[in-house]
Amino acid sequence: MRHTLAVLVENRPGVLTRVAGLFSRRGYNIESLAVGTTEDPKVSRMTIVVDGDDHVIEQVCKQLYKLVDVIRLDDITHEEHVDRELILIKVDADPSTRGEIVQIVEIFRARIVDIGKDSLIIEATGDQGKINAIESALVPFGIREVVRTGKIAMVRGAKYRHE
Amino acid sequence: MQVAKSDPLTGAQIVMRALEEEGVDTVFGFPGGAVLFLYDALYACSSIRHILVRHEQGAAHAADAYARATGKPGVCFATSGPGATNLVTGITNAYMDSVPMVAFTGQVSLDLLGRDSFQEADITGITLPVTKHNFLVKDVGDLARIIHEAFHIASTGRPGPVLVDLPKDVTAAKADFVWPPKMQLPGYRVPKNGHGVNVPQWVEVLSRSERPVIYAGGGVITSGASSELLKLAEKCQIPVTTTLMGKGCFPEDHFLSLGMLGMHGTAYANYAVTNCDLLIALGARFDDRVTGSIASFAPQAQVIHVDIDPAEIGKNVLVQIPVVGDVRQVLATVLPALPELKHEAWLAQVEEWKKQYPLRYERSDTQIKPQQVIESISNLADDQTIVCTDVGQHQMWAAQYYRARRPRTFISSGGLGTMGFGLPAGIGAQVGRPEANVWVIAGDGSLQMTVQELATITQHDLPVKIAIIDNGYLGMVRQWQELFCEGRYSHTRITGPDYVKLAEAYGIPGYRIEDPGQVREALEQAKAMEGPVILDFVVCCEENVFPMVPPGGSLTEMLGNGR
Repeated sequence: MRHTLAVLVENRPGVLTRVAGLFSRRGYNIESLAVGTTEDPKVSRMTIVVDGDDHVIEQVCKQLYKLVDVIRLDDITHEEHVDRELILIKVDADPSTRGEIVQIVEIFRARIVDIGKDSLIIEATGDQGKINAIESALVPFGIREVVRTGKIAMVRGAKYRHE
Repeated sequence: MQVAKSDPLTGAQIVMRALEEEGVDTVFGFPGGAVLFLYDALYACSSIRHILVRHEQGAAHAADAYARATGKPGVCFATSGPGATNLVTGITNAYMDSVPMVAFTGQVSLDLLGRDSFQEADITGITLPVTKHNFLVKDVGDLARIIHEAFHIASTGRPGPVLVDLPKDVTAAKADFVWPPKMQLPGYRVPKNGHGVNVPQWVEVLSRSERPVIYAGGGVITSGASSELLKLAEKCQIPVTTTLMGKGCFPEDHFLSLGMLGMHGTAYANYAVTNCDLLIALGARFDDRVTGSIASFAPQAQVIHVDIDPAEIGKNVLVQIPVVGDVRQVLATVLPALPELKHEAWLAQVEEWKKQYPLRYERSDTQIKPQQVIESISNLADDQTIVCTDVGQHQMWAAQYYRARRPRTFISSGGLGTMGFGLPAGIGAQVGRPEANVWVIAGDGSLQMTVQELATITQHDLPVKIAIIDNGYLGMVRQWQELFCEGRYSHTRITGPDYVKLAEAYGIPGYRIEDPGQVREALEQAKAMEGPVILDFVVCCEENVFPMVPPGGSLTEMLGNGR
């Protein structure tokens, strides 16, 4: 099963390598890893999506938590949380298909952010289900390039605030 | 160090001052260009003894064994690039066996970093997976704090090696020395008192158990829990088996001792574990060399697992009663509540197994048997004697036939199985415990991996006694080839030098012993001599270590059992 881990780490060089290296050397699979600073410049937040059975996830969490740079770790899979991902899609678009693509973009409440001679770049945010849906809706037109940020997530309500 | 507290110090001087503050009296190392200023500061530092090794691997192993023998963190120095990479095996060895160590490496100057400069290696990158933590110091103002943090991390919780990489210009730059600096480790947590110790549950489980076994590992030694372990075993009448790392945490001449378990463990320990209904694992990590096939390991047992590292609990086996904490503190908490118990039928069964399947070897009047040498060393040893082994057959015979009675007296490379560990380990143990008799038990193959450290013994006048179990083979691999490759001895026949002449070349007395009747006498004479001695025991070359659980097999399916 896929789990979402919210990890607060020290904002220092090499921390990402430590986290990523732990996954590779212990043979765990990262589905996605998104990292950015928080309201505290000394602290970064990583959102890690990892696939595995309960035993694997327990080990992932324990091994991560052992890292000196990891301040806090929460498996928020079963918590009430909001998650988002950003996708940029460059899709083939000649005059005959453009109207149809614009309609799809509107349906998904996405945005066209660049227009080329025969292509469009579309930006969408949402949970992974929505992102997957818009991507597959655009496949028939011919997708040239896709870039996704990976999931970021935050628990609802006042919990898990970092002091 | 003769520097007024108010004067700014160079980075190198700060390192020395910080080491003094940490109580470091000994450093093992090898100088080089990038640590030029560090060694210059060391020259002026009278309180720190430097042991010059012949290869940086020797420095790391010596620091490792120093830590195991004394309980204090071991410290080693190496220069940048090749000096640093030569430490890696020793650092990994310490990591696998949870040994507190702080390794200082030189690094090229900050302006040369990342340019593939002369003798540059990304040592923090290289050692990321094999250190508990590591630091690259970029500002001399951070240096004292980082060193303080390094020692704190290395020696608390589950100990391990920490590396501090020192760019040359940082060791030259100046800063005020501020101590004790504030630590900035919000993510570093040390469990102590035993999270989840449920005393009534222990009482209930122990009282209900009919066939309990204690399985004790290196964590018992690290936490200093030997006397609590002895109390637990005696109060509740529970037999104790130890891992290789745990040897010495429970007196092996005690009637409740089962010796070591696992691949080359005693048959009675393996039978006891397989048949027990309660396994109390203390500071041990269920290594595959211990468990064999996980599916058939202690199949009827409820498992209590006490470990300071939460990640070890449930990693390899299912645990019903997990306790995260320091073994000594956990035992101190539960001991007063535990009832005095008797397990007469169970102990009688264990005694029966001991009689039926003792450790045995066929003695010979014409050839020295390796087990005979180890047994004789064991018989000669007092409680303070420290044995350092190398890795291979001789190591397993030492684990079987050397009866360790006190913690920190049996020093061996467990998790990594590093050939070449023994000789530098002997150096580290002797430096750390100058009053102790230190024996190195080495194979002829292992010894040759770090044999140049004989010069270190001579230069520093260390009275280490070296017993070579010389069978002319890479014996353990040869044994596996005999058992699993139809006797095709592919590249395991190994020649060595004339060890008597080699000893002489290093200024050490050396003797070759080929007659089984002279083993005891040679050992006694060596023990009586003041300085170092090399004894080359030419032993029966195709002797095997039995019993043996084939890799991945069940603990009760032992080869050579009941011979």
